[in-house]
Amino acid sequence: MLFRKKKNLNEASLGLKIGAIFGILFLHVPLFFIILYAFTTEDKSYQFPPPGYTLKWFSIVLGREDIWNAVGLSLQVALISTLSAIVLGTLAAAALFKASFFGRDYITLLIILPIALPGIITGISLRSAFGVAGIPFSTWTIIIGHATFCMVVVYNNVVARLRRSSPNLIQASMDLGANNIQTFFYVILPNLGTAILAGGMLAFALSFDEVIVTTFTAGQQTTLPIWMLSELIRPRQRPITNVVAVFIICITFIPILYASYMTRNTTDTDGSSK
Amino acid sequence: MIKALELKNINKKFNETVALDNIHLEINDGEFFSLLGPSGSGKTTCLKVIGGFEQPDSGNVSLFNENVTDIPPFKRNVNTVFQDYALFPHMNVEENVCYSLKIKKIPKIEQESQVEEILSTVKLKGYEKRKPSELSGGQRQRVALARSLINKPKILLLDEPLGALDLKLREQMQIELKNLQRQFQITFIYVTHDQQEALSMSDRIAIFNDGKIEQVDTPDNIYKNPKTAFVADFIGTTSLVSKQLAAELFNYNSAFSIRPENIKINNEQDSKSEFNAKVVVTDIQFQGSYYKILCKANDLTLTALHYVDTQNTFKINLGDNLELSWDKIDITNIND
Repeated sequence: MLFRKKKNLNEASLGLKIGAIFGILFLHVPLFFIILYAFTTEDKSYQFPPPGYTLKWFSIVLGREDIWNAVGLSLQVALISTLSAIVLGTLAAAALFKASFFGRDYITLLIILPIALPGIITGISLRSAFGVAGIPFSTWTIIIGHATFCMVVVYNNVVARLRRSSPNLIQASMDLGANNIQTFFYVILPNLGTAILAGGMLAFALSFDEVIVTTFTAGQQTTLPIWMLSELIRPRQRPITNVVAVFIICITFIPILYASYMTRNTTDTDGSSK
Repeated sequence: MIKALELKNINKKFNETVALDNIHLEINDGEFFSLLGPSGSGKTTCLKVIGGFEQPDSGNVSLFNENVTDIPPFKRNVNTVFQDYALFPHMNVEENVCYSLKIKKIPKIEQESQVEEILSTVKLKGYEKRKPSELSGGQRQRVALARSLINKPKILLLDEPLGALDLKLREQMQIELKNLQRQFQITFIYVTHDQQEALSMSDRIAIFNDGKIEQVDTPDNIYKNPKTAFVADFIGTTSLVSKQLAAELFNYNSAFSIRPENIKINNEQDSKSEFNAKVVVTDIQFQGSYYKILCKANDLTLTALHYVDTQNTFKINLGDNLELSWDKIDITNIND
């Protein structure tokens, strides 16, 4: 086997194929189990195969107000922190992309830092900062915490797009008679649009399932990930968590499919052949 | 003759680097004018000053006798074709070409007829719905031209527009550009570092070096009568002889330039020319219809051409001793 001549160098070896299949299974089989146990009749342990199947957990979830409050809060936090991240991240990218001034590299580093720092550091430092400033913990403190790293995602996406775009696009637009405002709406915004969208969706996803920073910046509020974490510790009605997870899988699929649909043509759109 | 452009005392510095050093330039209406020079010589900066994308530190820019120094690019009746074309990637060909008409709020029906006309002029009919990423380099170039020309600018600025194309396509586009310029009867100001391109297309050329203009003249005159050593060396191939060497070897009182095609190679000792040099062959380069012969004699280096045809069977080898000769009429004096 080892010394057999390959007929086609482009074809992957058997070992690689098996490895790839195992890799994909490893990533996706757990998802299958989550869905499977949403329907199980056993509510204390994950027993395989499930002793029976039922839909009763779905009706219980629909009736539980605490779950829907957590979902609502998570959506609210993710939405507001993403929107502010889009505004701040795009503006920061536009400001730092072409400008050259003393300390520019340090500011760039400071902007990117929140995503590189462990969440626990961000969380502790925000908690003590809010304490020092006398700001009571609320939904807004969670939003501020999330916005710090959401902004980085948008910033990185927009900077990457700006780097790939021809620097002459703006000049070309002005050259063809457009003023600053027209150039912004007809050329800059449409060009950055998909990058902002992609960055925003990633930011939304990051915020939606954030646990660590939330733990440190929340008061009595319970976001969905925190609710799930506390629910897992309790050994009763386990399938409820699975049902919620199934809902989330379904909901997150929509924006992922939409984002890949929106950005399908933008891998190579620069007018340059350099 | 109408003056399309006048630059007066233009100075421009980037930090401490002088990009333009007291530039004076006059370009006539309808001229195909090239700004030629090596990279970093200031030619592109000069073009940006004309287009309004760079503000000169001092000096005046006039278009058709109107001072436009402080007028922003979108109010100048000048359009630019950028080096990387700068096509809007999110728009298709039609939308790109139509952009300036949309800005000017020209009625839709008129927009359509104008786009159709200009696209057929640049031979891009049938490509209306393509995105720039779906076009070849030559096609993108045509879209960029159409997008500028649809404005009917009085002056079209072109910043090394053919730089990204391969040789065959470049030669074809040179002819098309020249035809377009004749057809539209507008002034083209063309930036290039390719001397062959500048010589073959231009009515006049300005040679840039180090932020200064070395010479402004017709291609003919620039080739035959270069005013400075830089111009002689930059345009075509030439051998430069310094003042000291000229005095020593040829008893001649000026530095001069001699083109290779004017140097005769004497295989028999029958030279009655005014200049003679005994040299050794240091390199031979095959160029298709001729050999380029590089020769040396002490400090003197000369380049001569050796044409190969069926009658001329004389063969030159590396290390051969040759006698080269030329006449006074063939040389150009240069300020050393």
